[in-house]
Amino acid sequence: MKLHELSLKEQLTGLKEGSFSSTELTQHYLDRISNFDKDLNSFITVTEDSALNQAKESDKRYKSNKALPLDGIPIAHKDIFCTEDILTTCGSKMLSNFKAPYSSTVVSNLSSDGVVVLGKTNMDEFAMGSSNETSFFGPVKNPWNKEYVPGGSSGGSAACVSAQLASAATATDTGGSIRQPAALCGLTGIKPTYGRVSRYGMIAFASSLDQGGVLARSAEDSAILLESMSGYDPKDSTSLNEDVPNFLENLDSPIKGMKIGMPKEFFERDLPNHVESSTKEAIETYKDLGAEICEISLPNVDLSLPVYYIIAPAECSANLSRYDGVRYGYRCENPKDIEDLYMRTRKEGFGAEVKRRILIGTYALSAGYYDAYYLKAQKCRRLVANDFTEAFKSVDLILSPTTPDTSFKAGEKSDDPIEMYLQDIFTIPANLAGLPGISFPCGNHEGLPLGVQLVGDSLKEAQLFQAAHQFQKVTDWHKKLPEVK
Amino acid sequence: MALSDKELNEIAYLARINIDKDSFPALKGELEQILDLFEKLNLAETDEVEAMSHPLNLSQPTRPDEVTEEDQREKLQETAPSVQSGLFLVPKVIEGEN
Repeated sequence: MKLHELSLKEQLTGLKEGSFSSTELTQHYLDRISNFDKDLNSFITVTEDSALNQAKESDKRYKSNKALPLDGIPIAHKDIFCTEDILTTCGSKMLSNFKAPYSSTVVSNLSSDGVVVLGKTNMDEFAMGSSNETSFFGPVKNPWNKEYVPGGSSGGSAACVSAQLASAATATDTGGSIRQPAALCGLTGIKPTYGRVSRYGMIAFASSLDQGGVLARSAEDSAILLESMSGYDPKDSTSLNEDVPNFLENLDSPIKGMKIGMPKEFFERDLPNHVESSTKEAIETYKDLGAEICEISLPNVDLSLPVYYIIAPAECSANLSRYDGVRYGYRCENPKDIEDLYMRTRKEGFGAEVKRRILIGTYALSAGYYDAYYLKAQKCRRLVANDFTEAFKSVDLILSPTTPDTSFKAGEKSDDPIEMYLQDIFTIPANLAGLPGISFPCGNHEGLPLGVQLVGDSLKEAQLFQAAHQFQKVTDWHKKLPEVK
Repeated sequence: MALSDKELNEIAYLARINIDKDSFPALKGELEQILDLFEKLNLAETDEVEAMSHPLNLSQPTRPDEVTEEDQREKLQETAPSVQSGLFLVPKVIEGEN
Protein backbone atom coordinates (compact mmCIF):
# COMPACT_ATOMS: atom_id res chain seq x y z
CA MET A 1 0.00 0.00 0.00
CA LYS A 2 1.26 3.45 -0.85
CA LEU A 3 1.77 5.92 1.98
CA HIS A 4 -1.03 8.27 0.87
CA GLU A 5 -3.51 5.42 0.79
CA LEU A 6 -3.10 4.80 4.51
CA SER A 7 -5.56 6.41 6.88
CA LEU A 8 -4.32 8.95 9.39
CA LYS A 9 -4.63 6.32 12.08
CA GLU A 10 -2.63 3.79 10.06
CA GLN A 11 0.01 6.42 9.38
CA LEU A 12 0.33 7.08 13.12
CA THR A 13 0.82 3.37 13.71
CA GLY A 14 3.37 3.17 10.91
CA LEU A 15 5.31 6.09 12.35
CA LYS A 16 5.25 4.59 15.84
CA GLU A 17 6.40 1.22 14.57
CA GLY A 18 9.13 2.79 12.47
CA SER A 19 7.73 1.38 9.19
CA PHE A 20 8.45 4.79 7.66
CA SER A 21 9.61 8.17 8.91
CA SER A 22 7.71 11.43 9.01
CA THR A 23 10.29 12.81 6.59
CA GLU A 24 9.41 10.08 4.07
CA LEU A 25 5.69 10.61 4.58
CA THR A 26 5.98 14.40 4.33
CA GLN A 27 8.18 14.25 1.23
CA HIS A 28 5.70 11.83 -0.33
CA TYR A 29 2.84 14.30 0.14
CA LEU A 30 4.98 17.24 -1.04
CA ASP A 31 5.77 15.29 -4.21
CA ARG A 32 2.08 14.59 -4.76
CA ILE A 33 1.28 18.27 -4.24
CA SER A 34 3.88 19.29 -6.79
CA ASN A 35 2.63 16.65 -9.25
CA PHE A 36 -1.11 17.17 -8.94
CA ASP A 37 -1.96 20.50 -7.38
CA LYS A 38 -1.14 22.78 -10.31
CA ASP A 39 -4.36 21.56 -11.80
CA LEU A 40 -6.52 21.16 -8.66
CA ASN A 41 -5.39 24.46 -7.08
CA SER A 42 -6.21 23.25 -3.58
CA PHE A 43 -3.26 25.02 -1.94
CA ILE A 44 -2.62 28.76 -1.78
CA THR A 45 0.71 28.33 0.01
CA VAL A 46 2.87 25.21 0.28
CA THR A 47 5.32 25.40 3.18
CA GLU A 48 7.79 22.84 1.93
CA ASP A 49 10.87 23.85 3.91
CA SER A 50 9.18 24.26 7.26
CA ALA A 51 7.22 21.01 6.70
CA LEU A 52 10.43 19.06 6.15
CA ASN A 53 12.00 20.69 9.23
CA GLN A 54 8.97 19.78 11.33
CA ALA A 55 9.14 16.22 10.00
CA LYS A 56 12.82 15.98 10.90
CA GLU A 57 12.08 17.15 14.46
CA SER A 58 9.28 14.64 14.66
CA ASP A 59 11.55 11.80 13.55
CA LYS A 60 14.00 12.78 16.29
CA ARG A 61 11.22 12.59 18.87
CA TYR A 62 10.22 9.13 17.68
CA LYS A 63 13.86 7.99 17.95
CA SER A 64 14.16 9.30 21.51
CA ASN A 65 10.76 7.90 22.56
CA LYS A 66 9.32 11.36 23.13
CA ALA A 67 6.70 11.25 20.39
CA LEU A 68 3.67 13.52 20.68
CA PRO A 69 0.07 12.30 20.11
CA LEU A 70 -0.06 13.28 16.40
CA ASP A 71 3.66 13.33 15.78
CA GLY A 72 4.72 13.55 12.16
CA ILE A 73 1.26 13.50 10.54
CA PRO A 74 1.21 15.87 7.54
CA ILE A 75 -1.92 18.00 7.44
CA ALA A 76 -3.04 21.21 5.75
CA HIS A 77 -4.69 24.28 7.29
CA LYS A 78 -7.51 26.21 5.70
CA ASP A 79 -6.12 29.65 4.88
CA ILE A 80 -8.55 31.21 7.36
CA PHE A 81 -6.41 30.11 10.33
CA CYS A 82 -3.63 32.54 11.17
CA THR A 83 -0.17 30.96 10.97
CA GLU A 84 2.66 33.02 12.41
CA ASP A 85 4.93 34.53 9.74
CA ILE A 86 3.20 32.50 7.01
CA LEU A 87 0.90 34.05 4.44
CA THR A 88 -2.75 33.95 5.68
CA THR A 89 -4.99 35.24 2.92
CA CYS A 90 -8.52 34.04 3.68
CA GLY A 91 -8.83 33.65 -0.11
CA SER A 92 -8.93 37.42 -0.56
CA LYS A 93 -6.96 40.08 -2.40
CA MET A 94 -7.50 42.13 0.77
CA LEU A 95 -5.14 39.82 2.68
CA SER A 96 -3.04 38.63 -0.26
CA ASN A 97 0.10 40.08 1.37
CA PHE A 98 -0.79 39.36 5.00
CA LYS A 99 1.72 37.40 7.06
CA ALA A 100 -0.01 36.73 10.36
CA PRO A 101 1.90 38.02 13.39
CA TYR A 102 0.59 35.14 15.54
CA SER A 103 -0.87 31.66 15.19
CA SER A 104 -4.47 30.70 15.85
CA THR A 105 -5.21 28.41 18.77
CA VAL A 106 -6.23 25.62 16.37
CA VAL A 107 -2.85 25.80 14.65
CA SER A 108 -0.96 25.99 17.98
CA ASN A 109 -2.91 23.08 19.50
CA LEU A 110 -2.22 20.82 16.54
CA SER A 111 1.42 21.87 16.37
CA SER A 112 1.94 21.10 20.05
CA ASP A 113 0.63 17.62 19.29
CA GLY A 114 3.32 17.24 16.63
CA VAL A 115 1.57 17.61 13.26
CA VAL A 116 3.53 18.63 10.18
CA VAL A 117 1.97 21.54 8.27
CA LEU A 118 2.16 21.08 4.49
CA GLY A 119 0.59 24.44 3.70
CA LYS A 120 -2.51 26.60 3.56
CA THR A 121 -5.54 25.59 1.54
CA ASN A 122 -7.63 27.54 -0.93
CA MET A 123 -11.11 28.70 0.08
CA ASP A 124 -13.98 30.93 -0.94
CA GLU A 125 -13.12 34.53 -0.16
CA PHE A 126 -13.62 35.13 3.57
CA ALA A 127 -15.44 31.77 3.63
CA MET A 128 -18.36 33.18 1.64
CA GLY A 129 -19.35 30.69 -1.02
CA SER A 130 -20.33 27.09 -1.64
CA SER A 131 -18.20 26.24 -4.67
CA ASN A 132 -14.73 27.67 -4.03
CA GLU A 133 -15.19 29.90 -7.06
CA THR A 134 -15.03 33.19 -5.14
CA SER A 135 -11.36 32.80 -4.17
CA PHE A 136 -8.97 35.53 -5.31
CA PHE A 137 -6.51 32.69 -5.93
CA GLY A 138 -8.70 30.98 -8.50
CA PRO A 139 -11.23 28.17 -8.30
CA VAL A 140 -10.47 24.71 -6.90
CA LYS A 141 -11.39 21.62 -8.90
CA ASN A 142 -13.14 18.55 -7.58
CA PRO A 143 -10.69 15.61 -7.71
CA TRP A 144 -13.59 13.28 -8.63
CA ASN A 145 -14.22 15.20 -11.84
CA LYS A 146 -12.32 18.34 -12.62
CA GLU A 147 -15.21 19.99 -14.42
CA TYR A 148 -17.06 20.04 -11.10
CA VAL A 149 -16.67 22.18 -7.98
CA PRO A 150 -15.37 20.75 -4.68
CA GLY A 151 -17.93 22.72 -2.67
CA GLY A 152 -17.11 25.52 -0.31
CA SER A 153 -16.08 27.40 1.47
CA SER A 154 -13.50 24.82 2.63
CA GLY A 155 -13.07 23.62 -0.95
CA GLY A 156 -9.27 23.54 -0.91
CA SER A 157 -9.16 21.52 2.31
CA ALA A 158 -11.70 19.06 0.88
CA ALA A 159 -10.01 18.73 -2.51
CA CYS A 160 -6.53 18.18 -1.07
CA VAL A 161 -7.67 15.48 1.38
CA SER A 162 -9.83 13.79 -1.24
CA ALA A 163 -6.91 13.82 -3.72
CA GLN A 164 -4.68 12.47 -0.92
CA LEU A 165 -2.35 15.44 -0.97
CA ALA A 166 -2.59 15.65 2.84
CA SER A 167 -3.60 13.20 5.52
CA ALA A 168 -6.38 15.51 6.75
CA ALA A 169 -7.12 19.23 6.90
CA THR A 170 -8.59 21.84 9.17
CA ALA A 171 -11.67 23.71 7.97
CA THR A 172 -14.40 26.04 9.19
CA ASP A 173 -18.18 25.95 8.94
CA THR A 174 -20.49 28.98 9.20
CA GLY A 175 -23.45 27.58 7.24
CA GLY A 176 -22.14 24.28 5.90
CA SER A 177 -18.59 25.04 4.77
CA ILE A 178 -17.19 21.80 6.20
CA ARG A 179 -20.11 19.44 5.66
CA GLN A 180 -21.06 20.48 2.11
CA PRO A 181 -17.52 20.07 0.65
CA ALA A 182 -17.19 16.83 2.63
CA ALA A 183 -20.29 15.54 0.85
CA LEU A 184 -19.20 16.78 -2.58
CA CYS A 185 -15.69 15.31 -2.26
CA GLY A 186 -16.54 12.00 -0.55
CA LEU A 187 -15.05 12.86 2.85
CA THR A 188 -16.04 12.86 6.48
CA GLY A 189 -16.34 16.36 7.92
CA ILE A 190 -17.38 17.52 11.36
CA LYS A 191 -18.53 20.89 12.57
CA PRO A 192 -18.44 20.63 16.36
CA THR A 193 -20.67 22.38 18.88
CA TYR A 194 -20.28 26.17 18.76
CA GLY A 195 -17.55 27.04 21.26
CA ARG A 196 -15.85 23.63 21.24
CA VAL A 197 -13.00 24.81 19.02
CA SER A 198 -11.40 28.19 19.73
CA ARG A 199 -11.99 30.96 17.22
CA TYR A 200 -8.86 32.82 18.34
CA GLY A 201 -6.87 33.59 15.21
CA MET A 202 -9.57 32.17 12.95
CA ILE A 203 -10.47 35.04 10.64
CA ALA A 204 -14.02 36.08 11.51
CA PHE A 205 -16.91 35.95 9.05
CA ALA A 206 -20.06 35.62 11.21
CA SER A 207 -18.96 35.33 14.81
CA SER A 208 -22.09 33.74 16.26
CA LEU A 209 -22.02 30.99 13.61
CA ASP A 210 -18.35 30.33 12.73
CA GLN A 211 -16.87 27.12 14.05
CA GLY A 212 -13.63 25.31 13.26
CA GLY A 213 -13.55 21.62 12.48
CA VAL A 214 -12.02 18.87 10.39
CA LEU A 215 -12.10 17.29 6.95
CA ALA A 216 -10.71 13.76 6.88
CA ARG A 217 -11.22 10.38 5.24
CA SER A 218 -13.14 8.71 8.07
CA ALA A 219 -14.96 9.39 11.31
CA GLU A 220 -12.08 7.83 13.20
CA ASP A 221 -9.48 10.12 11.60
CA SER A 222 -11.74 13.13 12.19
CA ALA A 223 -12.13 12.19 15.85
CA ILE A 224 -8.36 11.94 16.33
CA LEU A 225 -7.80 15.40 14.85
CA LEU A 226 -10.77 17.15 16.45
CA GLU A 227 -9.73 16.01 19.90
CA SER A 228 -6.37 17.72 19.47
CA MET A 229 -7.94 20.96 18.16
CA SER A 230 -10.66 21.30 20.79
CA GLY A 231 -10.66 22.73 24.25
CA TYR A 232 -11.25 25.77 26.38
CA ASP A 233 -9.31 28.82 25.31
CA PRO A 234 -9.28 31.92 27.51
CA LYS A 235 -8.32 33.94 24.41
CA ASP A 236 -11.79 33.33 22.91
CA SER A 237 -14.59 34.74 25.06
CA THR A 238 -17.09 32.35 23.42
CA SER A 239 -14.95 29.28 24.04
CA LEU A 240 -16.79 26.59 26.00
CA ASN A 241 -15.25 25.86 29.38
CA GLU A 242 -16.05 22.15 29.12
CA ASP A 243 -13.79 19.12 29.23
CA VAL A 244 -13.13 17.51 25.88
CA PRO A 245 -14.10 13.86 26.16
CA ASN A 246 -12.08 11.09 24.55
CA PHE A 247 -13.76 11.06 21.14
CA LEU A 248 -12.29 7.63 20.33
CA GLU A 249 -13.46 5.84 23.44
CA ASN A 250 -16.95 4.90 22.24
CA LEU A 251 -16.24 4.52 18.54
CA ASP A 252 -16.53 0.76 18.72
CA SER A 253 -19.60 0.63 20.95
CA PRO A 254 -22.67 -0.63 19.09
CA ILE A 255 -25.41 1.89 18.48
CA LYS A 256 -28.25 -0.52 19.19
CA GLY A 257 -31.19 1.39 20.59
CA MET A 258 -29.90 4.78 19.48
CA LYS A 259 -32.81 6.92 18.29
CA ILE A 260 -32.40 8.67 14.97
CA GLY A 261 -34.98 11.18 13.78
CA MET A 262 -35.76 12.07 10.17
CA PRO A 263 -37.17 15.60 9.88
CA LYS A 264 -40.22 15.33 7.66
CA GLU A 265 -39.72 18.88 6.39
CA PHE A 266 -36.43 17.79 4.79
CA PHE A 267 -37.84 14.66 3.21
CA GLU A 268 -40.94 16.44 1.87
CA ARG A 269 -38.65 18.41 -0.41
CA ASP A 270 -38.39 17.52 -4.03
CA LEU A 271 -35.14 15.57 -3.79
CA PRO A 272 -33.50 13.97 -6.82
CA ASN A 273 -34.01 10.20 -6.90
CA HIS A 274 -30.37 9.38 -6.28
CA VAL A 275 -30.28 11.62 -3.18
CA GLU A 276 -33.45 10.11 -1.79
CA SER A 277 -32.38 6.53 -2.47
CA SER A 278 -28.89 6.88 -1.02
CA THR A 279 -30.29 8.56 2.10
CA LYS A 280 -32.89 5.81 2.48
CA GLU A 281 -30.14 3.23 2.08
CA ALA A 282 -28.21 4.93 4.89
CA ILE A 283 -31.33 4.73 7.03
CA GLU A 284 -31.64 1.01 6.26
CA THR A 285 -28.01 0.55 7.31
CA TYR A 286 -28.78 2.25 10.61
CA LYS A 287 -31.81 0.01 11.10
CA ASP A 288 -29.59 -3.01 10.53
CA LEU A 289 -27.20 -1.65 13.12
CA GLY A 290 -30.05 -1.62 15.62
CA ALA A 291 -30.93 2.07 15.62
CA GLU A 292 -34.55 3.11 16.04
CA ILE A 293 -35.64 5.39 13.21
CA CYS A 294 -38.59 7.72 13.57
CA GLU A 295 -40.04 10.72 11.82
CA ILE A 296 -39.71 14.04 13.60
CA SER A 297 -40.76 17.58 12.82
CA LEU A 298 -38.74 20.79 12.79
CA PRO A 299 -41.69 23.05 11.98
CA ASN A 300 -39.69 26.26 11.61
CA VAL A 301 -36.71 24.85 9.73
CA ASP A 302 -37.80 26.53 6.49
CA LEU A 303 -36.99 29.87 8.08
CA SER A 304 -33.32 28.89 8.35
CA LEU A 305 -32.16 30.13 4.96
CA PRO A 306 -33.57 33.67 5.22
CA VAL A 307 -32.53 33.89 8.89
CA TYR A 308 -29.00 32.89 7.93
CA TYR A 309 -28.80 35.34 5.05
CA ILE A 310 -29.67 38.20 7.37
CA ILE A 311 -27.60 37.24 10.40
CA ALA A 312 -24.45 36.09 8.59
CA PRO A 313 -24.19 39.19 6.36
CA ALA A 314 -25.03 41.47 9.31
CA GLU A 315 -22.20 39.99 11.36
CA CYS A 316 -19.92 39.95 8.33
CA SER A 317 -20.54 43.63 7.60
CA ALA A 318 -19.40 44.44 11.15
CA ASN A 319 -16.44 42.02 11.16
CA LEU A 320 -15.13 43.05 7.77
CA SER A 321 -15.20 46.75 8.60
CA ARG A 322 -11.68 46.20 9.98
CA TYR A 323 -10.30 45.92 6.44
CA ASP A 324 -9.75 49.59 5.77
CA GLY A 325 -6.27 49.67 4.26
CA VAL A 326 -4.72 51.35 7.30
CA ARG A 327 -3.08 48.77 9.55
CA TYR A 328 -2.55 45.67 7.39
CA GLY A 329 -3.58 44.07 4.15
CA TYR A 330 -4.26 45.67 0.78
CA ARG A 331 -4.30 49.45 0.24
CA CYS A 332 -5.35 51.17 -2.98
CA GLU A 333 -2.83 53.23 -4.96
CA ASN A 334 -2.56 57.00 -4.40
CA PRO A 335 -5.57 57.69 -2.18
CA LYS A 336 -6.52 61.35 -2.39
CA ASP A 337 -7.95 61.51 1.11
CA ILE A 338 -8.88 59.14 3.95
CA GLU A 339 -12.40 58.54 2.60
CA ASP A 340 -11.01 57.66 -0.81
CA LEU A 341 -8.53 55.33 0.87
CA TYR A 342 -11.31 53.41 2.64
CA MET A 343 -13.74 53.33 -0.26
CA ARG A 344 -11.32 52.34 -2.99
CA THR A 345 -9.35 49.89 -0.84
CA ARG A 346 -12.59 48.05 -0.09
CA LYS A 347 -13.82 48.28 -3.67
CA GLU A 348 -10.60 46.83 -5.05
CA GLY A 349 -9.75 44.47 -2.19
CA PHE A 350 -13.06 42.59 -1.89
CA GLY A 351 -14.62 40.32 -4.50
CA ALA A 352 -18.23 40.47 -5.71
CA GLU A 353 -19.81 37.98 -3.27
CA VAL A 354 -18.12 39.54 -0.23
CA LYS A 355 -19.32 42.99 -1.31
CA ARG A 356 -22.87 41.70 -1.84
CA ARG A 357 -22.94 40.30 1.68
CA ILE A 358 -21.44 43.40 3.27
CA LEU A 359 -24.07 45.52 1.51
CA ILE A 360 -26.93 43.23 2.56
CA GLY A 361 -25.66 43.20 6.12
CA THR A 362 -25.23 46.95 6.21
CA TYR A 363 -28.77 47.35 4.93
CA ALA A 364 -30.22 44.92 7.48
CA LEU A 365 -28.51 46.77 10.32
CA SER A 366 -29.25 50.29 9.12
CA ALA A 367 -31.62 52.65 10.88
CA GLY A 368 -35.23 51.90 10.01
CA TYR A 369 -34.55 48.31 8.94
CA TYR A 370 -32.95 46.87 12.07
CA ASP A 371 -36.23 45.70 13.62
CA ALA A 372 -37.73 44.46 10.37
CA TYR A 373 -34.70 42.41 9.35
CA TYR A 374 -32.06 41.83 11.98
CA LEU A 375 -34.23 41.62 15.08
CA LYS A 376 -36.86 39.60 13.25
CA ALA A 377 -34.16 37.18 12.07
CA GLN A 378 -32.82 36.79 15.59
CA LYS A 379 -36.31 35.92 16.84
CA CYS A 380 -36.78 33.42 14.04
CA ARG A 381 -33.37 31.97 14.86
CA ARG A 382 -34.74 31.21 18.32
CA LEU A 383 -37.71 29.40 16.74
CA VAL A 384 -35.37 27.20 14.68
CA ALA A 385 -33.19 26.47 17.71
CA ASN A 386 -36.22 25.65 19.86
CA ASP A 387 -37.34 23.06 17.31
CA PHE A 388 -34.06 21.21 17.85
CA THR A 389 -34.39 21.41 21.65
CA GLU A 390 -37.83 19.88 21.32
CA ALA A 391 -36.64 17.18 18.87
CA PHE A 392 -33.75 16.10 21.10
CA LYS A 393 -36.23 15.28 23.86
CA SER A 394 -37.22 12.25 21.82
CA VAL A 395 -34.25 11.38 19.59
CA ASP A 396 -30.46 11.18 19.95
CA LEU A 397 -29.48 12.21 16.44
CA ILE A 398 -31.09 13.81 13.41
CA LEU A 399 -30.41 12.44 9.93
CA SER A 400 -30.79 14.13 6.54
CA PRO A 401 -28.99 14.42 3.23
CA THR A 402 -26.06 16.84 3.55
CA THR A 403 -26.69 18.59 0.24
CA PRO A 404 -29.63 18.80 -2.18
CA ASP A 405 -27.60 17.02 -4.87
CA THR A 406 -24.12 15.87 -5.92
CA SER A 407 -21.56 18.45 -7.04
CA PHE A 408 -22.32 20.84 -9.89
CA LYS A 409 -20.25 22.10 -12.78
CA ALA A 410 -17.97 25.09 -12.33
CA GLY A 411 -19.74 28.24 -13.47
CA GLU A 412 -23.19 26.64 -13.27
CA LYS A 413 -24.40 28.61 -10.26
CA SER A 414 -21.84 31.38 -9.96
CA ASP A 415 -24.10 34.03 -11.52
CA ASP A 416 -27.08 33.20 -9.32
CA PRO A 417 -26.50 33.92 -5.62
CA ILE A 418 -29.80 32.39 -4.51
CA GLU A 419 -29.15 29.09 -6.34
CA MET A 420 -25.77 28.96 -4.63
CA TYR A 421 -27.30 29.73 -1.21
CA LEU A 422 -29.67 26.77 -1.56
CA GLN A 423 -26.65 24.45 -1.39
CA ASP A 424 -26.66 24.93 2.38
CA ILE A 425 -30.34 24.33 3.03
CA PHE A 426 -29.72 21.17 5.12
CA THR A 427 -26.60 22.39 6.89
CA ILE A 428 -27.49 25.93 8.01
CA PRO A 429 -29.98 24.94 10.78
CA ALA A 430 -27.22 23.32 12.90
CA ASN A 431 -25.17 26.53 12.75
CA LEU A 432 -28.12 28.64 13.82
CA ALA A 433 -28.67 26.38 16.82
CA GLY A 434 -24.92 25.98 17.54
CA LEU A 435 -25.18 22.18 17.30
CA PRO A 436 -22.58 19.67 16.12
CA GLY A 437 -23.03 18.07 12.70
CA ILE A 438 -21.12 15.47 10.74
CA SER A 439 -21.28 14.56 7.06
CA PHE A 440 -19.95 11.31 5.65
CA PRO A 441 -20.18 9.52 2.30
CA CYS A 442 -23.24 7.34 1.67
CA GLY A 443 -23.30 6.86 -2.10
CA ASN A 444 -22.14 7.83 -5.53
CA HIS A 445 -24.06 9.03 -8.56
CA GLU A 446 -22.48 9.19 -11.99
CA GLY A 447 -19.00 9.24 -10.50
CA LEU A 448 -19.72 11.93 -7.91
CA PRO A 449 -20.03 11.26 -4.17
CA LEU A 450 -23.08 11.88 -1.98
CA GLY A 451 -23.12 12.58 1.74
CA VAL A 452 -25.45 12.01 4.65
CA GLN A 453 -25.58 14.32 7.66
CA LEU A 454 -26.14 13.59 11.33
CA VAL A 455 -26.80 16.44 13.75
CA GLY A 456 -26.41 15.84 17.48
CA ASP A 457 -27.40 17.63 20.64
CA SER A 458 -25.01 20.16 22.14
CA LEU A 459 -21.57 18.67 23.02
CA LYS A 460 -22.47 15.25 21.63
CA GLU A 461 -19.62 15.02 19.13
CA ALA A 462 -18.58 11.65 20.58
CA GLN A 463 -21.99 10.25 19.71
CA LEU A 464 -21.73 11.60 16.15
CA PHE A 465 -18.33 9.99 15.71
CA GLN A 466 -19.64 6.74 17.12
CA ALA A 467 -22.65 6.65 14.80
CA ALA A 468 -20.57 7.59 11.75
CA HIS A 469 -17.84 5.09 12.62
CA GLN A 470 -20.35 2.27 13.08
CA PHE A 471 -21.77 3.14 9.65
CA GLN A 472 -18.27 3.11 8.16
CA LYS A 473 -17.54 -0.29 9.68
CA VAL A 474 -20.28 -1.87 7.58
CA THR A 475 -20.04 0.27 4.43
CA ASP A 476 -17.13 1.23 2.21
CA TRP A 477 -18.26 4.52 0.65
CA HIS A 478 -15.64 6.37 2.67
CA LYS A 479 -12.92 4.12 1.28
CA LYS A 480 -13.64 5.08 -2.32
CA LEU A 481 -11.25 7.75 -3.44
CA PRO A 482 -10.81 9.50 -6.76
CA GLU A 483 -7.95 8.47 -8.97
CA VAL A 484 -5.86 11.59 -9.29
CA LYS A 485 -3.88 12.13 -12.46
CA MET B 1 -38.62 44.55 -2.76
CA ALA B 2 -37.23 47.35 -4.91
CA LEU B 3 -34.10 49.29 -4.03
CA SER B 4 -33.65 52.80 -5.36
CA ASP B 5 -30.34 54.13 -6.64
CA LYS B 6 -30.35 56.53 -3.72
CA GLU B 7 -30.71 53.68 -1.22
CA LEU B 8 -27.94 51.67 -2.83
CA ASN B 9 -25.74 54.74 -2.75
CA GLU B 10 -26.43 55.20 0.94
CA ILE B 11 -25.73 51.58 1.82
CA ALA B 12 -22.51 51.60 -0.21
CA TYR B 13 -21.38 54.74 1.62
CA LEU B 14 -22.27 53.29 5.04
CA ALA B 15 -20.24 50.19 4.09
CA ARG B 16 -17.44 52.42 2.71
CA ILE B 17 -17.36 50.56 -0.58
CA ASN B 18 -17.00 52.49 -3.79
CA ILE B 19 -19.35 51.12 -6.45
CA ASP B 20 -19.22 52.03 -10.13
CA LYS B 21 -22.45 53.56 -11.39
CA ASP B 22 -22.55 51.18 -14.34
CA SER B 23 -22.70 48.14 -12.02
CA PHE B 24 -25.75 49.55 -10.21
CA PRO B 25 -28.49 47.81 -12.24
CA ALA B 26 -27.00 44.29 -11.94
CA LEU B 27 -26.13 44.74 -8.28
CA LYS B 28 -29.56 46.09 -7.45
CA GLY B 29 -31.13 43.06 -9.12
CA GLU B 30 -29.03 40.67 -7.06
CA LEU B 31 -29.65 42.48 -3.78
CA GLU B 32 -33.39 42.68 -4.44
CA GLN B 33 -33.46 38.93 -5.06
CA ILE B 34 -31.78 38.36 -1.71
CA LEU B 35 -34.13 40.79 0.05
CA ASP B 36 -37.11 38.92 -1.46
CA LEU B 37 -35.83 35.79 0.23
CA PHE B 38 -36.42 37.50 3.57
CA GLU B 39 -40.17 37.96 2.97
CA LYS B 40 -40.74 34.45 4.29
CA LEU B 41 -39.87 35.61 7.81
CA ASN B 42 -42.99 37.77 7.92
CA LEU B 43 -45.05 34.59 8.06
CA ALA B 44 -43.52 33.65 11.41
CA GLU B 45 -45.28 34.79 14.56
CA THR B 46 -42.54 36.19 16.80
CA ASP B 47 -44.20 38.73 19.11
CA GLU B 48 -43.53 36.64 22.21
CA VAL B 49 -40.16 35.30 21.09
CA GLU B 50 -36.94 36.50 22.65
CA ALA B 51 -34.25 37.43 20.14
CA MET B 52 -31.37 34.96 19.92
CA SER B 53 -28.12 36.77 19.38
CA HIS B 54 -25.89 33.84 20.14
CA PRO B 55 -26.09 30.03 20.33
CA LEU B 56 -24.65 29.94 23.84
CA ASN B 57 -26.32 31.51 26.79
CA LEU B 58 -23.04 32.85 28.01
CA SER B 59 -22.19 35.72 30.22
CA GLN B 60 -19.05 37.60 29.37
CA PRO B 61 -16.17 35.89 31.18
CA THR B 62 -13.78 38.02 33.18
CA ARG B 63 -10.15 37.56 34.15
CA PRO B 64 -7.77 39.22 36.61
CA ASP B 65 -6.56 42.59 35.41
CA GLU B 66 -3.02 41.48 34.62
CA VAL B 67 -0.83 42.22 31.64
CA THR B 68 -0.78 39.15 29.40
CA GLU B 69 0.43 40.59 26.11
CA GLU B 70 3.77 42.21 25.65
CA ASP B 71 4.16 45.22 23.42
CA GLN B 72 4.66 44.02 19.86
CA ARG B 73 4.30 47.28 18.00
CA GLU B 74 7.16 46.66 15.59
CA LYS B 75 6.08 43.15 14.75
CA LEU B 76 2.47 44.19 14.25
CA GLN B 77 3.48 47.11 12.06
CA GLU B 78 5.63 44.96 9.80
CA THR B 79 2.50 44.11 7.83
CA ALA B 80 1.19 47.67 7.62
CA PRO B 81 0.93 49.40 4.23
CA SER B 82 2.62 52.57 5.46
CA VAL B 83 4.34 53.32 8.76
CA GLN B 84 6.57 56.07 10.09
CA SER B 85 8.09 56.46 13.58
CA GLY B 86 5.76 53.79 14.94
CA LEU B 87 2.65 55.43 13.51
CA PHE B 88 0.32 54.24 10.77
CA LEU B 89 0.39 56.71 7.88
CA VAL B 90 -2.83 57.74 6.15
CA PRO B 91 -3.66 60.68 3.88
CA LYS B 92 -4.18 63.98 5.67
CA VAL B 93 -7.40 63.83 7.70
CA ILE B 94 -7.65 67.39 9.00
CA GLU B 95 -7.22 70.02 6.33
CA GLY B 96 -5.02 73.02 7.16
CA GLU B 97 -5.95 76.62 6.41
CA ASN B 98 -4.08 76.48 3.12
